[in-house]
Amino acid sequence: MSPDGTSWGCRRLGVRYGATVALEEVSFEVAAGTVAAVVGGDGAGKTSLLRALAGTVRPAAGTVRRPDERRLGYVSAGPGVWADLTVDENLSFSGRAYGLSAGELQRRVGGLLDRTGLAEARDRLAGRLSGGMRQKLALAMAVAHEPDLLILDEPTTGVDPVSRAELWRLLAASAAGGAAVVVATTYLDEAERAATVLVLDRGRSLLAGTPDEVVAATPGLVVDAAARPDGIPSWRRGSRWRAWSPDGSIPPGTGPATLDLEDAVIVAQLREDQRWAA
Amino acid sequence: MWAMAMKEFRQMRRDRRTLAMMILLPVLLLVVFGYAASFDVDRVETVVVGPRAEQVAAALPDRLDVVRVAPGEGRQAAVEALRDADATVAVVTGDGGQPQVLVDGADLFSARAVVTELRGRPGLPTPEVLFNPGLETSAIMVPGLMGVVLVFVGTIATALGVVRERQSGTLEQLAVMPFRARDVLAGKLLPYLGVAVVDLAVIVAVGVLLFDVPFNGSPLVFALGAVEFLFVTVGIGVLISTVSETQGQAIQLAIMTMLPQILLSGLIFPLQAMAPGVRWIGYLLPLTWFVQLARGVMVRGAPFEALLLPLGMLAVLGTVVFGLSIARFRRDLAPAGRGHGVDAAAIQDQEARARAGAR
Repeated sequence: MSPDGTSWGCRRLGVRYGATVALEEVSFEVAAGTVAAVVGGDGAGKTSLLRALAGTVRPAAGTVRRPDERRLGYVSAGPGVWADLTVDENLSFSGRAYGLSAGELQRRVGGLLDRTGLAEARDRLAGRLSGGMRQKLALAMAVAHEPDLLILDEPTTGVDPVSRAELWRLLAASAAGGAAVVVATTYLDEAERAATVLVLDRGRSLLAGTPDEVVAATPGLVVDAAARPDGIPSWRRGSRWRAWSPDGSIPPGTGPATLDLEDAVIVAQLREDQRWAA
Repeated sequence: MWAMAMKEFRQMRRDRRTLAMMILLPVLLLVVFGYAASFDVDRVETVVVGPRAEQVAAALPDRLDVVRVAPGEGRQAAVEALRDADATVAVVTGDGGQPQVLVDGADLFSARAVVTELRGRPGLPTPEVLFNPGLETSAIMVPGLMGVVLVFVGTIATALGVVRERQSGTLEQLAVMPFRARDVLAGKLLPYLGVAVVDLAVIVAVGVLLFDVPFNGSPLVFALGAVEFLFVTVGIGVLISTVSETQGQAIQLAIMTMLPQILLSGLIFPLQAMAPGVRWIGYLLPLTWFVQLARGVMVRGAPFEALLLPLGMLAVLGTVVFGLSIARFRRDLAPAGRGHGVDAAAIQDQEARARAGAR
């Protein structure tokens, strides 16, 4: 929870689509002024969690704590911008929808165009923007009214590395301005920059805490090797291999690895797979 | 080639709407052309007025189905009966001589049948065709075609406009914005309604100026009926959008709602010539009532009171269809709803009550 005590999130949240369980017993909290990352593979439940937080999906169970809709900013997994409106028109529509006055809108749009590097493209149709620019526009639209809770569903997926860095700079600036930011991502290097991480798998919470807490809680030992170790679960990291030794022993030809969030998440998913297989 | 055909079959099997259209459309067309596609009117509703009404009514040809005999009424009442669509033929009898036969030219196929039949009969006068003396097809088609244009703009354009938001993912963006569902819908529909109104004005002007279609009635009554009809067509468009994921699906469904309206509304084939079962389907379609209203106002100059049935039916259909569409659209747009115990204020209230209970 932030120093002023404001936090948003959900408690024992369940979401169903007909007979399909998308989320079950998921609890999550994000404090004002911080960034929380939601990670997980396809079908893990990231979008359902974010939609439930934003209010576009009705929870089947549990409670959601979110600010008034005028204090909420949301970037959906889709384009989230109106392709046949210009950059300026998109920002104006969004700002007016959230009740900004003409003067305030002009001031904030000017600032946002400068910070996002979209000033040159302000008269261009959103549909003609590159993927990175379009995502920056969607983010600018979501923060123009300075929301208390900013929700972003995979804003950097399919975006070039430079634009990814810029997007993270923008959402970090929103958090620095006091917003609670929730961002779903499939990139674990991004999640490491967040204050807290929630790892979802098959609609359930797999890991939760700060990135350091999540890494520290990894059971057994993760080892590093030049070649693929036999007999234990392993995965590639760059040109080398990592493997998980559940009992903490060091297999021949390997050495202890410096653990990061990606290793921790892979180990957690391996354990979960073993549990489901059992 | 075989692999391509198999792929196509698999895709076709999964595209159930297209498959349904491919199967249902021929069946629908067969039924329509079997039971409805007829220009031959066997019975024409007739009123007979004047001192010798009883005597003349008994001697009329079978095709003239006498629905009212009024010896105490005169020509004025007969003209009003035609104007108000109470009958298609009025026979005005006097104390002696030949009776006058008045025919409603706005009911084109009935009028043509009557004129042809009476012309060949000795002892009966040449009928006098009112409202559309030249029995011009354009005079009755143009008012009906206005309805088709309104269906096109109201249903197809609206459905496509709303589905475009869904298909591009921006509907979800609208759902989180601080709009009420009805504001989104009203804001979304207003431009389409505006375009439809401009369209309507252009068609009326072209019809009157280019095709010499008469405009004998009240523009206000016409405008009221057109607005009611627009609400129905726009409501159908919104309903279609709520069950369509793509613009292609929306167009398919829109065509499936448009075809029966064009074929069974009396726009092309007279309702009186249809088999009763098919005719009753026609009575459930909004275009049927708009066609009656438009022809009534423009061609016959019918007053408001004479058009209460089409105006009332359009109002009922508009209320039902538009109400349904708003309910479905609201469900799509705000599934979490407001005040379902999921917003901060509601949870804080719940927590406060729980704490009070614990004490």
